[in-house]
Amino acid sequence: MSKSQRIAIFIASRLASVVLTMAGATLLLFLMVRLVPGDFTSVMLGPRATPELRAQITHDMGLDRSMIEQLWLFASRAATGNFGEDVVSHRPILDIVLDVIPNTLALAFSALALALIVGIPIGIIAALKPGSWLDSGLALLSISFITTPTLVVSVILFLIFAIGLHWLPVAGAGDPGDIMDRLRHLILPSVALALGWVGYISRLVRAALLDTLAELHVRTLRAYGVSEYRIVGLYALKLALVPVVSILGIGLGDLIGSSVVVEIIFARSGIGSLIFNSIAQRNYPVVQACVVFIVAFYIVANLVVDMINALLDPRIAAGRG
Amino acid sequence: MSGLVATLKRICSERDGRLGLAFTLAILVFALVGPLVSPDPNAIDIKARFAPPELTHLLGTDNLGRDLLARTSVGTRYALTLAVMIVVISSVIGSLIGIVAGIASGWVDRAVTAAFDIVNAFPPLILAFALIALYGKGSATFVLLVTVVFIPQFGRMARARAQTLRTLSFIEAERMLAVHPVTIVVRHYLPNVAGPIIVLASMNLPVVIAFEASLSFLGFGVQPPKSSLGTLIKDGFVSINQSWWPTVAAALVLAIATLGATLLGEALRRVIDPKNAVVR
Repeated sequence: MSKSQRIAIFIASRLASVVLTMAGATLLLFLMVRLVPGDFTSVMLGPRATPELRAQITHDMGLDRSMIEQLWLFASRAATGNFGEDVVSHRPILDIVLDVIPNTLALAFSALALALIVGIPIGIIAALKPGSWLDSGLALLSISFITTPTLVVSVILFLIFAIGLHWLPVAGAGDPGDIMDRLRHLILPSVALALGWVGYISRLVRAALLDTLAELHVRTLRAYGVSEYRIVGLYALKLALVPVVSILGIGLGDLIGSSVVVEIIFARSGIGSLIFNSIAQRNYPVVQACVVFIVAFYIVANLVVDMINALLDPRIAAGRG
Repeated sequence: MSGLVATLKRICSERDGRLGLAFTLAILVFALVGPLVSPDPNAIDIKARFAPPELTHLLGTDNLGRDLLARTSVGTRYALTLAVMIVVISSVIGSLIGIVAGIASGWVDRAVTAAFDIVNAFPPLILAFALIALYGKGSATFVLLVTVVFIPQFGRMARARAQTLRTLSFIEAERMLAVHPVTIVVRHYLPNVAGPIIVLASMNLPVVIAFEASLSFLGFGVQPPKSSLGTLIKDGFVSINQSWWPTVAAALVLAIATLGATLLGEALRRVIDPKNAVVR
């Protein structure tokens, strides 16, 4: 079997499992909402339930048809992004979700970038002098970053930099037309979101780098008199980054999940605050649509990362038939 | 008992273990002794609202003039109780499901693995959100719903362990001697799964503490009149322009609790590393 065939088979099997997981998640979401005790239209509409709205929901969701048909309706709509019309604002739910997604993505990606830019150097510095006071100090720092809940970091940053020092804006995502203003609004939330991952990535890089530096080919390089910095910079770091790439998918999903807390504290619009507000208004169709988006994003992010990893990992690339 | 003492000694033999133990003990003392020595956490004194820290109120008072030291320590106790309950229930249920899946293999195993995968396809906080929003907010409901989110990790670990055990000759021998499957599970699987599960549980405790705080902060967890660290941070945050110390106090307690529990959990893992654990 050729290398490209192996990769093709790998991709196909991962795609199949992605489709299955997504189908399972959709089924779970459908059941979760449908198994709520009580009259379904009241559950979905809450205090807004008028006879007209009840009729609209019954029609929209096919409540007058069989469970199987309803499931099919839900799944096909989720797949095509047609989530119906919001009963509160009378806008298509898809538009409402698409409006806020860029904000959340900007937050999650900038947090991830920050975590990489700060976390990788910390990990390298710690791995260069294992066991030194610097290493053990950085270890404690990293673990504090990991364990301090995003909630705590957000609240403290908010207090110090927005309320106390007035250095950065208190709330919102900034003026849509003004890039600098938006960036200023992005700083505190993305730092709050990134901090835990700074710690996580630095520990991962340190461990992977130490493993790589202990390997025979690195010893050979040392025997040839190649300097330690050259070894790390040119050879070891590339291998040490493989585990970092493989957690990026989980990282993005986790960041999007935790963005709820950050978006609420910094009053940013985004998918997290949209879910939160929709739950408060008992506007479940919007909640459902948001969750479908987040789960799809999470699964696809993991798929992409798996593929990048398959291309990077020498063990898969080495499989020549 | 001597095993416990030996474990503690080994935990104390390194810096992170000592720090973890010290932080954890400090939080436990604060949560257990605090409520005994401080005033009634629910006593309202409107005239003394937003009092700064002083001798009668060491952490000041909140928007209703309630003593914040008392409220924070009671909140800590409640947050810890909830977190321990969630970890214990999800580790027990997860272990049982995992062991059954690992032993049964075949379609049972595939179904259980698929169910775990599906639950894990949801970001944890979002799943908990949706479940709580749909199924209600009572304390018992809250514990059970959050448990759902944490079961898969324990289940995976127990399943992997059970699969290894299943192929070992002494267990195969008992199976051939027609020992009742439940007896085999109780006698061999449970003790051998327990070690790694306990380590995983201790590592998950700080995660659950933070998780509960986030949910309570957002109004999906502990409901008034009960308070936890999350609700205290939220209450303080609402009146942040009047006084900042209530939020900071609760946030610091939360940070120390999660840091202490993590350091202790990691020290415990190094002491009883499942990778080094010998199958009994």
